[in-house]
Amino acid sequence: MTALVTLPVLLPLVGAALSILSGRSRRMQRTIALSTLTAVLAMSVALLVEVDRHGPVSVQAGGWSAPVGITLIADRFSAIMLVVASVMLLSVLVYAIGQPGAERNHVGFQSIYLVLAAGVAAAFLTGDLFNLFVSIEMMLTASYVLITLGGRLEQVRSGMTYVVISLLASVLFVAMLAFVYASTGTVNMADLAGKVGDLPGGLRSALAVLMLVVFGIKAAIFPLFFWLPDSYPTAPSPVTAIFAGLLTKVGVYAIIRTQTLLFPDDTRPTTLLLVLAAATMLVGVLGAIAQGDVKRILSFQIISHIGYMIMGLGLFTVGGLAAAVLYTVHHIVAKTGLFLSGGLIEHAGGSSRLTRLGGMVRTAPVLAVLFLVPALSLIGLPPFSGFVAKFALVDAASERSSYGVMAVALLVSLLTMYSLMKIWISVFWSPATEPVPDGAAPGRAAAEPLGGPPLMVAPTAVLAALTVAIGLAAGPLYDLSLRAAADLLEPSVYLEVVGG
Amino acid sequence: MTVLLAATAAALFGIGTYLVLQRKLSRIIIGIALLSHGANVLMVGSGRRGRAPIVGNGDVDSLADPLPQALALTSIVISFGVTALLLALAYRSWLLTSDDEVQDDLEDERIAHRGAPDDDLADSDELAWIEHDPNGEEAAP
Repeated sequence: MTALVTLPVLLPLVGAALSILSGRSRRMQRTIALSTLTAVLAMSVALLVEVDRHGPVSVQAGGWSAPVGITLIADRFSAIMLVVASVMLLSVLVYAIGQPGAERNHVGFQSIYLVLAAGVAAAFLTGDLFNLFVSIEMMLTASYVLITLGGRLEQVRSGMTYVVISLLASVLFVAMLAFVYASTGTVNMADLAGKVGDLPGGLRSALAVLMLVVFGIKAAIFPLFFWLPDSYPTAPSPVTAIFAGLLTKVGVYAIIRTQTLLFPDDTRPTTLLLVLAAATMLVGVLGAIAQGDVKRILSFQIISHIGYMIMGLGLFTVGGLAAAVLYTVHHIVAKTGLFLSGGLIEHAGGSSRLTRLGGMVRTAPVLAVLFLVPALSLIGLPPFSGFVAKFALVDAASERSSYGVMAVALLVSLLTMYSLMKIWISVFWSPATEPVPDGAAPGRAAAEPLGGPPLMVAPTAVLAALTVAIGLAAGPLYDLSLRAAADLLEPSVYLEVVGG
Repeated sequence: MTVLLAATAAALFGIGTYLVLQRKLSRIIIGIALLSHGANVLMVGSGRRGRAPIVGNGDVDSLADPLPQALALTSIVISFGVTALLLALAYRSWLLTSDDEVQDDLEDERIAHRGAPDDDLADSDELAWIEHDPNGEEAAP
């Protein structure tokens, strides 16, 4: 069973190397990438089943025992995240293969994409704070290349902002690791869980806030979100979709993991997190309303919805954390789906500016459905996944009498609907108000009955179907999230597995 | 020794922060490099000091803690690679714009201008250059 923990990290790396070696043949590269990610998906599903039945699985890499060696560990939360991430990676890869365009044909695209996959998997599976740094760096370095692949001026400009901000976060991360090591003498998370509690209160709070800042930059929570809407929209749509789905969520995962595992019950920054969550939700959605470009509206909404996940964590109850887990899963699926359909809109309409698009409900009806399903899910209408996740979240907030943040969450849902309706009305219902610039083909939608190449439409449809499926299978999924949340709040099993 | 390391890290962080806040890309990159050196020095300083941690080099308690050094080495390698990438990006940016000044987000400016009362009169000339070129080949104003 231990192979299931190491292979999701190792396989994509081996695949990346093979992909570079077979650089002459695009077909070969695609086969390698597709088969690797399919294998990773199968393994992560097996891992989730195993972990849910028999508890966490851990590996000490290289045979060094826990505090010194590199610990890889999968519990329910990380296994759930891994499964969702693998589904996203695979569907976005299919979409990228289907999309016509120079960037996806770049010799490096497949292998860098696989390195990104390895980094994401390693971040979810690691049990060591320094290893978390290395995995996040692996993932980010791959993302730096993906976001600037093509080297257009706009990409370089926004990519530069992205790289510099991420590097600052990395510098703070290393500084935080130095402080953690200086005060406790370990960076193993299970080992830290016992030792952080013994530190003086001020030092402990400083470490908690530093961790929140470091991961908050990656997750784009309230005061640290400004880089995201600037950099994401300029990348090619499959790249934006995978970034939107996974990268910020790795930050959220790290926040949830460190805040629950490392810090003892009575010292948790509940109020701080709830205030940050409310501010993140509000600022994100207000930003989205102001925008006039499909991709930028969607990017601002990412920020707003990160707020919901932080809210679930901030409650620090089993119900709240279960809702946060469920919300993260729902958001990854719905948001990636939205970005993929946003890419299809751009493909069919020749632009992503609202004023240049219009009337697509007639020219591309399939696309309209593919956009509407994840959009309604994001708003939180039944029977889609967003309804279940939001209901769980609001329920958990009312249980803890946190009515302020609950009101904000509901208000932001309404505003989310407003910003998505803005896209819906101007892209699908009303005629274009501005002529499409030359170079784009406005009639392209009519030529393709599906609204795009089948390989682009299929993964978008799969994700749309998945958000309906999550909504319909809400019962078992919520139970699973509850078990994952209970593990997070009561980490004794986790600690035992790493120690033994 | 530890005070010296702490002072070095503080100086590196200070200078690095100053440089990162500049508008020129070349200074930002040097700033980032200094900041990551600062963090690495801090990392090295976080362990116990002592003699070189080699087997047979005396009593274990008198040796320096090798773990933070190994961690610092890893992070040096990472920051080296990423700085190289950053330099390549800056070079690309210089090739495209023949300037290494960091540009503002155009879309942000467009939206900021949209609310202005004299939207379609005074700003129209100014906004003309902000307008996106579909090929992304934008000339600097």
